[in-house]
Amino acid sequence: MTGTKFGCGMALCGACTVHIDGAATRSCVLPLRAVQGRSITTIEGLSVDRSHVVQRAWLEIDVPQCGYCQSGQIMSAAALLKANPKPSDADIDAAMSGNICRCGTYPRIRKAIHRAAELLERGSQN
Amino acid sequence: MTQPADIGRRDFLTATAAAGGGLMLILALPGYAGKSKAAKAPGAASSSLNAWLKIARDNSVTIIVDRSEMGQGVYTALPMLLAEELDIDFDSIQIEAAPVGDAYINPGNGGQVTGTSNSVQDAWEKLRMAGATARTMLLSAAAKRWRVDPSSCHAANGAVLGPLGKTLTYGELADSAAKEAVPKDVKLKPNSSFQIVGKSRARIDTPGKVDGSAEFGLDVKLPGMLHAALAQSPVLGGKAVAVDSTAAEKMPGVRKVMNTASGVVVVADHFWQALQARKALSITWDPGANATLDNRAISALLKKTAAAGAGLEALRVGDAAGALKSAQLSLSADYELPLLAHATMEPMNCTADVRPSGCDLYLGTQVQQVAQATAAAAAGLNPAQVRVFTTLIGGGFGRRLDIDFIPAAVEASKAVGAPVKVIWTREDDMTHDTYRPPVYSQVSGGLDAAGKLTAWILHITSPSITARMFPPVKGVDDSVIEAAVNNLYDVPNVSVSYSRQEIGIDVGYWRSVSHAPNCFVIESFMDELAAAAGKNPYDFRLQFLDKKPRQRAVLRQAAERAAWGKAPAGRYQGIALMEGYSTHLAQVAEISIDAGELKVHKITCVVDCGQMVNPRIVESQIESAIVFGLTAALWGEVTLVGGRVQQSNFNNYRMLRNNEMPELDVHLVDSGEAPGGIGEAAVPLVAPAVCNAIFAATGKRLRTLPIGSALKKA
Repeated sequence: MTGTKFGCGMALCGACTVHIDGAATRSCVLPLRAVQGRSITTIEGLSVDRSHVVQRAWLEIDVPQCGYCQSGQIMSAAALLKANPKPSDADIDAAMSGNICRCGTYPRIRKAIHRAAELLERGSQN
Repeated sequence: MTQPADIGRRDFLTATAAAGGGLMLILALPGYAGKSKAAKAPGAASSSLNAWLKIARDNSVTIIVDRSEMGQGVYTALPMLLAEELDIDFDSIQIEAAPVGDAYINPGNGGQVTGTSNSVQDAWEKLRMAGATARTMLLSAAAKRWRVDPSSCHAANGAVLGPLGKTLTYGELADSAAKEAVPKDVKLKPNSSFQIVGKSRARIDTPGKVDGSAEFGLDVKLPGMLHAALAQSPVLGGKAVAVDSTAAEKMPGVRKVMNTASGVVVVADHFWQALQARKALSITWDPGANATLDNRAISALLKKTAAAGAGLEALRVGDAAGALKSAQLSLSADYELPLLAHATMEPMNCTADVRPSGCDLYLGTQVQQVAQATAAAAAGLNPAQVRVFTTLIGGGFGRRLDIDFIPAAVEASKAVGAPVKVIWTREDDMTHDTYRPPVYSQVSGGLDAAGKLTAWILHITSPSITARMFPPVKGVDDSVIEAAVNNLYDVPNVSVSYSRQEIGIDVGYWRSVSHAPNCFVIESFMDELAAAAGKNPYDFRLQFLDKKPRQRAVLRQAAERAAWGKAPAGRYQGIALMEGYSTHLAQVAEISIDAGELKVHKITCVVDCGQMVNPRIVESQIESAIVFGLTAALWGEVTLVGGRVQQSNFNNYRMLRNNEMPELDVHLVDSGEAPGGIGEAAVPLVAPAVCNAIFAATGKRLRTLPIGSALKKA
């Protein structure tokens, strides 16, 4: 699996974000013993066919540029929407500030999260 | 960088049967093909025979992309150009990264180089010709098969349609099309008939980037591959004179420790093991010449050289010195810009697989030929024995025009007899970048009694990147005077000159290169002159643009869109204009300052880049460049103490985050002019637009960056 990325090694950039028991977590600073018996989801586990609502919104808005940070961005966004299916801009600020995108896809990330929320509201699963 | 070669469009395409059947279109550039004997020899290695297009019997169409995808969209935009003329369903195509080959030389850059934002300009005619040539050959093959005149056939959606409802797919025709003579007078569609070019469509690389399957250099996995960490001299330019690896070599998984010119390489089964073993090394470093280098010393060096004389002349119009003396009002100022890191999200890495017969190199690179030559030298092989596999790039920004991360992987792979992937940690990457060079610029301007700008003198002092990377440089290095010698404003007396001063460390091309420092100086100083003349900065600029309709148009539109002069209470605006990469841009920044804290609320950017290939990608590149420029303007600064870089990770080299984003209003002008570059062009305007807004708010003129520290000192 290649989706989860190494970016900083200090939980500063979010490229390594995975879900642990559903919560967005920076995996780069997490020792294996800390996750024993817990459920870990990487980008590969989000869906088998890019059908997760966040992935669909990401495709529709064409968010990524270089793409290196995007697995982490998507995992953070998916965790946000799971906890808060209709996030405000302030909610997005709070949930997404841990994920750096050097290409500056931020406006599209925001747009795609709002779009994913819209898809959820219309009855999409995830 | 060299001038573009004159490409003869009639005779640069040849065709051949693809290995395994089908049509393969080969392109040779006159003027470059002659350099490679292998390219002309039948049966030469595949790396010297270059295809743009493969059509297989199963109808699959593969377009070869010769520029590296680092987010700027070439994997989508370049195939769109070819597909426009080929009449295929765009969504059915596949793409492949080009190998090293003379056919892939970018004449505008003098090599197989992805840089200077010119991929579309380079491909604009070349790839449409490739598509049209292939289509013509497919039509001709079909006409022969049916014994009809080719003019009675037409191509659509991956097939040739003939009289009486006859249809043959491209796949069915590929073998016979490959035997057709290459047509000499293929006509290209006029822009007004474009079906694909100029229309926004989804990027080809997006699906892999939303499911994690996209392969970057760091994701490369080869059977039996080992991992390596590299210990580099903490003082830039130093070297290891003694290495005690006794403890490290006893650690789990460690295969080899070797001292190389790049640093001490620790090879282990896993990267974590290599990192742990690196900590156990005891290395005696010779710091070399930079043991006392710091920012103060660098600044003093640049100022001393600047004071020693005007340097080499880059542009002279009229008599600038004389005009300055006789000016009614004259003004002079000095500007200084810091070292900057590239900080790509994917740290430097390279995987090499060296065998006695050759070497395979897997990496994100912007310079395939230089990478090949570098690996060949490190492996003791001929360049033709090195194959370069270009992966997706997790951020280039010019960093991957350098090749300093290649030799360690090659040397290690050769030594252990297995593929080796060398990974730099974030700290390795931040402390051993090839930084954007510092710049010290002296600028003067003179106005006559009517308020007209009559004299402009700019003297730039900085190191030369090109002299290190692509020597020799004769005269003034073109890459230090960008946006400074294009007569943006109509001034009758101009002098632009350059003094080269090296600083002892390697400096590199950084997104927009010298456009950024020069635009900062020029557009800040234009504001200073406007203030001295008592004019509105927008009106002041406009009066010198009578001969520049495109620049005038973007400036006007930016002012209109941003409601220039009508900012809400407590907010202030700054404006900037630039022409670079044959693209014309204007930006307006809107800011507020509350208790000394700057907030950038909005950036408006109007862009005329001529004919666009995929407007949605253009828009994303402009947004990207604004974020890149704003990050650097606010916080970007690399500092040295004792030759050691003080910044190490994102906690002390700050990146703009989503919650810190201003509102962006990007407007693309459809001018119908020739295509310009879009990957870098919007970076430089951000700093002057924001600093001009700060002046409007506070009366403080910032002549150094980053704003964060300059505002405190002001």
